Amino acid sequence: MEARDTIGAFGRGGADRPPPSLEASSPRYGEKLIKGFLASCAILSVITTTAIVISLLLPTADFFGEVGFTDFLFGTEWAPTFTPAAFGVLPILVGTISTSLWGMLFAVPMGLGSAIWLSEYASPKARKVVKPVLEVLAGIPTVAIGIFGLVFLSPVIEGVFPFMVNVPPFSAGVAGLAIGLMLVPIIASISDDAMRAVPGGLREAAYGLGSTKMKVATRVVFPAAISGIIASLVLAGSRAVGETMVVLLVAGASPNLTFDPGSSVLTMTAFIAQTATGDISTGSITYDTIFAVGALLFVLTLIMNIFAIRLVRKYREVYE
Amino acid sequence: MRPQSAGNSPEISGSERSRLATAGARAVTLAQLSSQPRGDRFKGGIFLALLLFAVAIALLGLVAIIVQAAVKGAPAFGMDLITNGPSTLNPEQSGFRPALLGTLYLILGVILLVVPLGVSAAVYLEEYADRTRWWNRMIELNVQNLAGVPSIIYGILGLAFIVRGPLDLGFILAAGSMTLALLVLPTVILAAREAIRAVPPSIREGSLALGATKWQTIRRQVLPAAIPGVVTGVILAISRAIGETAPLLLVGAASFVTFAPTFFGDNGYTALPVMIFNYAARPQDEFRVLAAAGVIMMLIVLLAMNSFAIWLRNRYEQQW
Repeated sequence: MEARDTIGAFGRGGADRPPPSLEASSPRYGEKLIKGFLASCAILSVITTTAIVISLLLPTADFFGEVGFTDFLFGTEWAPTFTPAAFGVLPILVGTISTSLWGMLFAVPMGLGSAIWLSEYASPKARKVVKPVLEVLAGIPTVAIGIFGLVFLSPVIEGVFPFMVNVPPFSAGVAGLAIGLMLVPIIASISDDAMRAVPGGLREAAYGLGSTKMKVATRVVFPAAISGIIASLVLAGSRAVGETMVVLLVAGASPNLTFDPGSSVLTMTAFIAQTATGDISTGSITYDTIFAVGALLFVLTLIMNIFAIRLVRKYREVYE
Repeated sequence: MRPQSAGNSPEISGSERSRLATAGARAVTLAQLSSQPRGDRFKGGIFLALLLFAVAIALLGLVAIIVQAAVKGAPAFGMDLITNGPSTLNPEQSGFRPALLGTLYLILGVILLVVPLGVSAAVYLEEYADRTRWWNRMIELNVQNLAGVPSIIYGILGLAFIVRGPLDLGFILAAGSMTLALLVLPTVILAAREAIRAVPPSIREGSLALGATKWQTIRRQVLPAAIPGVVTGVILAISRAIGETAPLLLVGAASFVTFAPTFFGDNGYTALPVMIFNYAARPQDEFRVLAAAGVIMMLIVLLAMNSFAIWLRNRYEQQW
């Protein structure tokens, strides 16, 4: 009975039987479960971003319920814990820009110089030693660099250029220099990668036309790698803006609206770290201020990072 | 020798390349026709000297950070540093015992969280994710962006989401671990992806052709081959987590804790970099000496870990 049915089933299939399935013979629920688990781990990163945005936005909204948007963004006095309180973010925004600018002023020539040397001049042997050593510099905790700035750089610079340190040992310029030291390996490493991605044919063509090594480096390789180089500078800038420990130790804590390198400044990151360390009650205006400043910092670095990621993608598309 | 052009627009990248090449060649030819070779050699020499100066300054900065901390911290070296807790009364005998234990526990927590999550996310993105789908591209871009978010923003996230808010764990060590884990997660994902991508497709195809399922292929072929790269990435991420100070300040790492911490105990914890920061911010010189000694202790651990990671990468780097 059973056998006949089976035969019948086959017989009915006949000529117009569907082609044999190439799918797995079992549904493999285990495999799907694993894929689901792996995907949820990847989605955790999206949840993290969402959590960052939500945790910044909610208190920031409360903050702007009490403080006017233009008062915050264009106010020139920062005294959130005083009475009467003032919430003009410009002094600490300028403090951040000032320390970052002084840092970049040091790091850009040093980093680009190191990158050109590494990619165009260094022998493979020298490169193999110098690049990892520079990467060690990138791995030094920023608190150590901050202590170096506070205990060593600040007194030394005060001795040589007294105008650089008005309120010893605090100075925006010295904080910038210490940050710059930390940025050099970032710029050097990424720019070096970008310049090494420039095809050898371009260099050989320039040499064939009789150019010197310096001309090849500055007029052929450097312009050809420019998007990667700019990306490295933007990334370094975003690092400088987000740097906390160095400015906390070296830049001081006075919210001065000035670009003077000798002056003591308060940066956005230093304000957050300083204020959040104390025991503050949830929902108070001081608590909300931390998040408003954090939101501004997040937006600034996000713009810079997205810009840099796009540039890196661009140079990869051209040459790889 | 034509460089390969990847991506979907070979014409654009081709014309871009020839534009760069012609621009470079024109500049070089013009310069060649109008200058004296002797002057060129002189300029080349100056240029190389400037590059070497940049590299030397970067390396010198690294050496100065280490030497300065070693010299300053020398008087405090001794077993007291490891066995004693902090004391305001006699800084000469103060040490880092609770901080060292705190960092050890924090890092243990980070490893437990970040290795499974990071590797799973990387496996999903490399092996399963269909890159033509917008949500997978979004996850990818999101991971890249998270890698550039300033560490203090993670501190804010930890404060608002883990310590207070939805999870409401309070200022406990586990909250610090979770914050640091979120901070280094993108680094681990990016490194693990690189390692997984380096396993050639022929290995996977061979395994699939022998009848293994996708997950069997990943577990028995891809992951074992990618382990050295993954471990290197994890070590580098951990060494970053060890030195991070700013986010811990926000999620409750206190300064003066004299007893050994526990994961969920709510009577305070501290970490090595936080304690170093706290000592350094005190005006008395005895505490700065202690801070410098702490920096050396931290740098020794970090250098050992980084060297191990580099050794591992070179030792097990597979040529397929």
